[in-house]
Amino acid sequence: MTDVAASPGNSNVASATPDTMAWDSRARRVMMIYLPLSCFVLILLFPFYWMAITSFKPNAELLNYKEHNPFWITSPTIAHIKHLLFNTAYPTWLMTTMFVAVCSTFLSLFASTLAAYAIERLRFRGSPYVGLGIYLAYLVPPSILFIPLATVIVQFGLFDSPLALILVYPTFLVPFCTWLLIGYFKSIPYELEECALVDGATRLQILRRITLPLAVPGLISAGIFSFTLSWNEFIYALAFIQSSANKTVPVAILTELVSGDVYQWGALMAGSLLGSLPVALFYSLFVDYYVSSLTGAVKE
Amino acid sequence: MSVTTLPSRRIIQQRQPGWIVRLFDYKPFLIVMCLTPAIGLLAVFLTYPLGLGVWLAFTDTTIGKRGVFIGFENFQYLVTDPLWWNAVFYSVFYTAIATIGKFALGFYLALLLNNHFRFKSLLRAIILLPWIVPTVLSALAFWWIYDPQFSIISYLLVDVLHIRTTNIDFLGTPWAARFSLIAANIWRGIPFVAISLLAGLQTISPSLYEAAMLDGASAWQRFRFITFPMMLPILAIVMTFSIIFTFTDFQLVYAITRGGPVNSTHLLATLAFQRGIAGGELGEGAAIAVSMIPFLVFATLFSYFGLARRKWQQGEAND
Repeated sequence: MTDVAASPGNSNVASATPDTMAWDSRARRVMMIYLPLSCFVLILLFPFYWMAITSFKPNAELLNYKEHNPFWITSPTIAHIKHLLFNTAYPTWLMTTMFVAVCSTFLSLFASTLAAYAIERLRFRGSPYVGLGIYLAYLVPPSILFIPLATVIVQFGLFDSPLALILVYPTFLVPFCTWLLIGYFKSIPYELEECALVDGATRLQILRRITLPLAVPGLISAGIFSFTLSWNEFIYALAFIQSSANKTVPVAILTELVSGDVYQWGALMAGSLLGSLPVALFYSLFVDYYVSSLTGAVKE
Repeated sequence: MSVTTLPSRRIIQQRQPGWIVRLFDYKPFLIVMCLTPAIGLLAVFLTYPLGLGVWLAFTDTTIGKRGVFIGFENFQYLVTDPLWWNAVFYSVFYTAIATIGKFALGFYLALLLNNHFRFKSLLRAIILLPWIVPTVLSALAFWWIYDPQFSIISYLLVDVLHIRTTNIDFLGTPWAARFSLIAANIWRGIPFVAISLLAGLQTISPSLYEAAMLDGASAWQRFRFITFPMMLPILAIVMTFSIIFTFTDFQLVYAITRGGPVNSTHLLATLAFQRGIAGGELGEGAAIAVSMIPFLVFATLFSYFGLARRKWQQGEAND
């Protein structure tokens, strides 16, 4: 009787904490893991909390810490967001950024899918070197390229045009996507393609009907990563775009909204919040793809 | 009869594809076609500008004026320019301190995340947020946090905890501004380091730890003799990336201080922008940008030898 009663209780304890050992008490776990973890989360998230709470605070509360607790809002307002949407060109900037990010993502996905397929599947002499060359391109940071690129852009007559950004962003997207997709193509069994070859399919049919459908997770990873990177890009957009309407959100907030001596912190933070939302939303939908592509790219 | 002829006709049609289809099935042609978009884009917008940048560094080009070759004049000028030396110093200092901070904290966070607990994947997702959000926008949040009058950190220290009596002037004096920027950079870098290293940690076989525990190894010994050596290869790669992109960082500094106060927080990239694009001296800006290259080559070699060490440890065959 006691045995029957005791054994479920024991197994419950064991299953609740599978890796608990005699020396690993609950208090110790709290001190060693949960406490530092919560500190990390607190610090990593605080700027976002601060950004969000500032964008809904009325100006009176924003600049008066003596009477209002700065960590909370007593009378939330959407005045800053209203100001942003109706008194500035913010919607235009959002549209430009979206347009540029989507176009450069598709352009680099197209280029890197073909390149990865050629390097990984149409093996030819020197294909590892081409792969290495593309990888090395990833190590060239935009900071040493933007000055000569600016002269190239002017030569091509693309200065101050979103097309310049669409064409330039692939320089850092293509290397990343190609390496990610090479990894994915490697994981697809070669036998599938051989079967199709024997059945008389052409190479392009194989790519379209067999390889690409199987590499969809890789394409999604590469796509959302490219979208995020091009949404966040700053230095090229700052150097190549001059007119207000063609600016991307990060550049526009910094150059158009920051003016004069008194900063409109409410509007600035509302702009940052709205500018972060699309990528954050995207991110929340595809978290696993992000993590896998981030770690996959590092392991390659 | 008609039933038997239909399939055979279809086969005949398939055996005579058009010349376009045959051309696209010709392997060398297909390889060239597949590589053209990627290689073309990279050649026009990466390799050519890289070469052009080196050339510009040896000319006196300004915006609107084609320059002529002037040899090492730009570099000779930079060597005598205290602002350039200042930027070199701060770039190295910024990279060194931020990398140490990022990797110490990131590695610690990865080790914490490697434990079993509830909501682990949710936590991992939350932690990556600072890395996903546009840097300039989170930099603006830091700018607001570092506000001289309404800084929330000053409020905490002065009015809540009563540790200090005056507000901290985060961005007003050179050294405070330098460390404030480094803190923001570490904040932004921790997630990338932690998540990458976590992936590495998960590949270490638990049997190694079991064996070590049977031999009576302490927690520190297990970290020192198993975790750390096993993580070296991935540490080397992540660190190279981190060093390269920290050294050439632009956004944080440009968004928060623009190089001020009194030019004390200029990185080489922001100085290059100020001289090259804002000031119009393309040649001089290009020279500043080119002067970053030796440091980057050094960082890449660092990773190469990290990888070489892994080969030496595991034997040539096991790559």
